[in-house]
Amino acid sequence: MFVNNDVTNAMAKEDRHVIKLTDPEHPVILSTEGLHVYYGKKEALFEGDLQFASNQITALIGPSGSGKSTYLRSLNRMNDRIATVTGKIMYRGVDINQPDIDVYEMRRRVGMVFQRPNPFAKSIYDNIAFALRLRGVTDKHQLDEIVETSLKQAALWEQVKDDLNKSALALSGGQAQRLCIARAIAIKPDILLLDEPASALDPVSTGQLEDTLLSLKAHYTIIIVTHNMQQAARISEYTAFFNQGRVLEYDTTSHIFTNPSVQVTSDYVSGNFG
Amino acid sequence: MKSTQQLERQLKRRSKAAKLEIWGRLISLTALLLIVAVVVGIIGFVASKGIATFTSNHVNLWDFLSGKNWNPGITDAHGKPEVGALPMIVGSFLITILSAIVATPFAIGTAVFMNEISPNKGAKILQPVTELLVGIPSVVYGFIGLSVVVPTTRALFGGSGFGILSGTCVLFVMILPTVTSMSADALRAVPRYYREASLALGATQWQTIYKVVLRAATPGLMTAVVFGMARAFGEALAVQMVIGNAALMPNSLVSPSSTLTSVLTTGIGNTVMGSLQNNALWSLALVLLLMSLVFNLIIRLIGRKGRLQ
Repeated sequence: MFVNNDVTNAMAKEDRHVIKLTDPEHPVILSTEGLHVYYGKKEALFEGDLQFASNQITALIGPSGSGKSTYLRSLNRMNDRIATVTGKIMYRGVDINQPDIDVYEMRRRVGMVFQRPNPFAKSIYDNIAFALRLRGVTDKHQLDEIVETSLKQAALWEQVKDDLNKSALALSGGQAQRLCIARAIAIKPDILLLDEPASALDPVSTGQLEDTLLSLKAHYTIIIVTHNMQQAARISEYTAFFNQGRVLEYDTTSHIFTNPSVQVTSDYVSGNFG
Repeated sequence: MKSTQQLERQLKRRSKAAKLEIWGRLISLTALLLIVAVVVGIIGFVASKGIATFTSNHVNLWDFLSGKNWNPGITDAHGKPEVGALPMIVGSFLITILSAIVATPFAIGTAVFMNEISPNKGAKILQPVTELLVGIPSVVYGFIGLSVVVPTTRALFGGSGFGILSGTCVLFVMILPTVTSMSADALRAVPRYYREASLALGATQWQTIYKVVLRAATPGLMTAVVFGMARAFGEALAVQMVIGNAALMPNSLVSPSSTLTSVLTTGIGNTVMGSLQNNALWSLALVLLLMSLVFNLIIRLIGRKGRLQ
């Protein structure tokens, strides 16, 4: 009887499968330990223990309400005034979820791009120069240079180089989203968090955005929440699957999409639910 | 064939629902026409009465707008009636602009606190307080002005205490809630993603407020201030109680003066319909009406500009 039981357990899929990263070429730059998020009394994220490899793209997938966006927004403390976040967020050896952390300085290192393109009602140039000016950069040459490199990195320079003083609100959705990426990387963050950045874009713009992200990988660590599983498969090295406030599975993207260890993950990536 | 005809008859018959539809349109159209008629009537009446000063009493329009002596019962050395409205026009503008200048920073500051810094406390405490302030009748404001502000001004600056300064103080409190709640609306209309974008770029909350939120809300804030000014310009009773009601060019903020509204409320009961004194007051009313139209126009223009952005 007992032997039989053991055999069936070994045959069945695991309940939870989270790997630890060991790639020496891409050391862990950010990790969370025992992260819990509460909205008031309601717990939205029960367990989120992940490690993120530097200069790699990590995708967070899962059905709506699974806690992946909540998790992502906790990483640069955007949930500070909305939710209670307990646990450790280790960034290069420092726990940035401590009350005495200067969140403004921290967010300069951990930038974020949102679901909806959200350029300010300013010119393209001023959008990108915004965060630099806040930090006291006033030198025109320096600003010009950073605006140009940021737009080039975001693959938007060729399209807007003659219209830098035009309103950013005139850009198309895909262009606006790339402007938001350029704005985020203008302050040279270490890590770029993206919360479903392509969900408001058409397929062509989505493809361009993905190319942009792949080229940015050389300079930044990218963590992206996406509803689009093909997108996760196309661009990411690692994928975490969230379900009902838990990280159920975390492994290389190829593992998750070809041979997931958890039954629920398998159901989700094959389109049987969610 | 028969069934087609039957269907056609059924579809073309005026159903109960279709009749209700017509009734609904009729009722709302009537309401609209009534309002339009009332507005046109008021404007027409005030205009016809106000113009009489210049048509039947042959007062020069320029003399009316630039004359400094207001004494409609008396004629001057040239035999012309003294109907110079400049002191009242200046008084009205001065008191409006001053109270707007004083009220704006307080109103925007309060709105920022209510909306950005402490939304919970703001909603619980400040919202009812501002609404209460709007609801206080102007005679109460005037009475408080008369018994508190005027004696204080008198003690501080000498003279009678009546004048533009006292009027400004009273109007400041009166327009503050209007400007505050409209400013709060303007801030609330700024999309949340502007704030998120700014915070995510490492801006502090204060930087977010003054670099992003206030900039984006500028058209709305300007509308709020102009609304406050329109209210200040049109306020009669409270101002009349503290301004001193002397139709003189204001030569200091603490000397008795008057506004278009205060002269109207004190004078209109003491004149005979159709006389020059009466017509001159109607001309003041016409100036008031035109000014409020101008204020409305400014609000519209700001709103349109805001949408274009």
